[in-house]
Amino acid sequence: MTVASSSPPSRLPLGAAEAVAPVKKAKSRPGGDGALAALFIAPAMLGFLVFLLWPTLRGIWLSFTDFNLLTPAEWVGLDNYVRMVNDPIFWNSLWVTVEYVVLNIGVQTVAALAIAVLLQRLTQSSVLRGIVLAPYLMSNVVAGIVWLWILDTQLGIGNEIIAGLGADRIPFLADETWAIPTIAMINVWRHVGYTALLLFAGLMAIPNDMYEAAKVDGAGEWRMFWRITMPLLRPVLAVVLIMTVIGSFQVFDTVAVTTDGGPANATNVLQLYIYDSAFGRFQFGYASAMSVALLVVLSAITILQYRLTRAGQTDLG
Amino acid sequence: MAAVAETTTTVRPERRRPSFGRVVAWTVMIAIVLITLVPFYWILRTALSSNPGLNAQPADPLPVDLTLGGFERALGLQSAEEAVAQGGAGGGLKFWRYLLNSVLVSTLITACQIFFSAMAAYAFARLRWRGRDTVFALFLAGLMVPTIFTLLPNFVLIKELGLVDNLLGIALPTMFMTPFAVFFLRQFFMNIPKEVEEAALLDGAGKVRIFFRVLLPMASTPVMTLAVLTYITSWNDYFWPLMVSYSDSSRVLTVALAIFRAQTPQSGIDWSGLMAATLIAALPMIVLFGFFARRIVSSISFTGLK
Repeated sequence: MTVASSSPPSRLPLGAAEAVAPVKKAKSRPGGDGALAALFIAPAMLGFLVFLLWPTLRGIWLSFTDFNLLTPAEWVGLDNYVRMVNDPIFWNSLWVTVEYVVLNIGVQTVAALAIAVLLQRLTQSSVLRGIVLAPYLMSNVVAGIVWLWILDTQLGIGNEIIAGLGADRIPFLADETWAIPTIAMINVWRHVGYTALLLFAGLMAIPNDMYEAAKVDGAGEWRMFWRITMPLLRPVLAVVLIMTVIGSFQVFDTVAVTTDGGPANATNVLQLYIYDSAFGRFQFGYASAMSVALLVVLSAITILQYRLTRAGQTDLG
Repeated sequence: MAAVAETTTTVRPERRRPSFGRVVAWTVMIAIVLITLVPFYWILRTALSSNPGLNAQPADPLPVDLTLGGFERALGLQSAEEAVAQGGAGGGLKFWRYLLNSVLVSTLITACQIFFSAMAAYAFARLRWRGRDTVFALFLAGLMVPTIFTLLPNFVLIKELGLVDNLLGIALPTMFMTPFAVFFLRQFFMNIPKEVEEAALLDGAGKVRIFFRVLLPMASTPVMTLAVLTYITSWNDYFWPLMVSYSDSSRVLTVALAIFRAQTPQSGIDWSGLMAATLIAALPMIVLFGFFARRIVSSISFTGLK
């Protein structure tokens, strides 16, 4: 879109522009937009202060209190944290969450990378890109229910195929060892297309003549992948990885719909336990303390990841 | 670009192009497409089947006893006796109410969030004021706070405001901004050449006018992409609406669907009804995406990356 089509048509002759220029200069004195900026930023600022900054501070404060929503919060110092450290269910939740994240991120990253590279090197069809993104349109709730059906032990098509191949039916979501990997795969299915598109965008920034030059030198696809694609994609991959790790630590919907934490706490991820403590048992203080723990874990991971992957630096320049 | 590269290689006497590797790559690609799309078909096939039919022929690729019963149950069109007779739960589902709630909440969030975020993004990108960088850094830091962390205190706040079980209560926390939306749009505004603004200033337009008449229309593609993504996100949100809504008056589709799933008898789940409900819940986003797919897919390159 050009300027002319969206702004009032310029009626000034070319020379006049220079004549008017000094007037404009005088108008924009240093810091001159202050009042207007305040006006423009006011709604977002309100949202930021009320629904982001204030809740963050309040959440930290609540974690030091005994609070059940009905009576005023009562300061209890580190009690919630002491309880947390001694709570086997908390540690179990944290462990289950980590197990989920490792599986989810591991498979998702490799699959997304494969899809992105295939999209880049094989075809650049936007229809294919659209198809890959399709599961992202479903909510986690919908995706959870659909896979619950597909993997149903008795009637699910997944198990029908397994049985048809002569193997034993697998109780994917009802078995302690299978439940977490299954939930991780359901979420990979839903999110991998989105991640692949982000990586694909990164791949598009790699100049095509690099591949051409490599081809002239006799390099095969595999070699080009390790010598060109991977090094140049690294900064984008690092950012995407940080985003997806943070996202997958917050798993809740899929678990709530498919297993609801069972069997025997095998899928009781941290978020579910936090939710249950707050709304199932009205222990808001304790739930807040666990949220703080999650925040600390996430911050640590983010900083560590950022350092390790040198996300801020690029190999291109 | 790739097409050109392709033709040059085939013109050359290089015969390895339709190679083994390429066949494998295409096979993998087709497998990915199948894994992606088959569940969608399976939803449709199940939704159009009857529950006794599903029990009899679980692996039939076509709908068994083609019927709209599942959809009727999901839409609350069947009487309780009828629903139970067909393997569903007797509890009524006010589907249209939930649909309306979802539409209202998602529209409110998307429209306000994008508009307010665009205003803020403009102030951060194009206006000059003291403390700008500091405030922006603060906003960016907000990007690091995971949603789960603010949910409990936000719930307490919404309760204090008396907005529990109210659509506004569901919308409020994300209505004014998300750090991501501000960041995303600021990035776009920063890249617009200064001359564009200067030309409009010369014509005597004020900065407010420039924002509304020049820069915002120029940003229509990123705004559209962000809007569709925001709409999908708020439509699919489950955790927060689950916390805040207690009754039909504020229940959105995702929450209603989870309740529908919890209601169906554990022995002999109403799969046909459940899949019909699932399809109806997902359909609006599929249609929305259908309209904007090309634009979104090509401009998603923006999202999340610098």
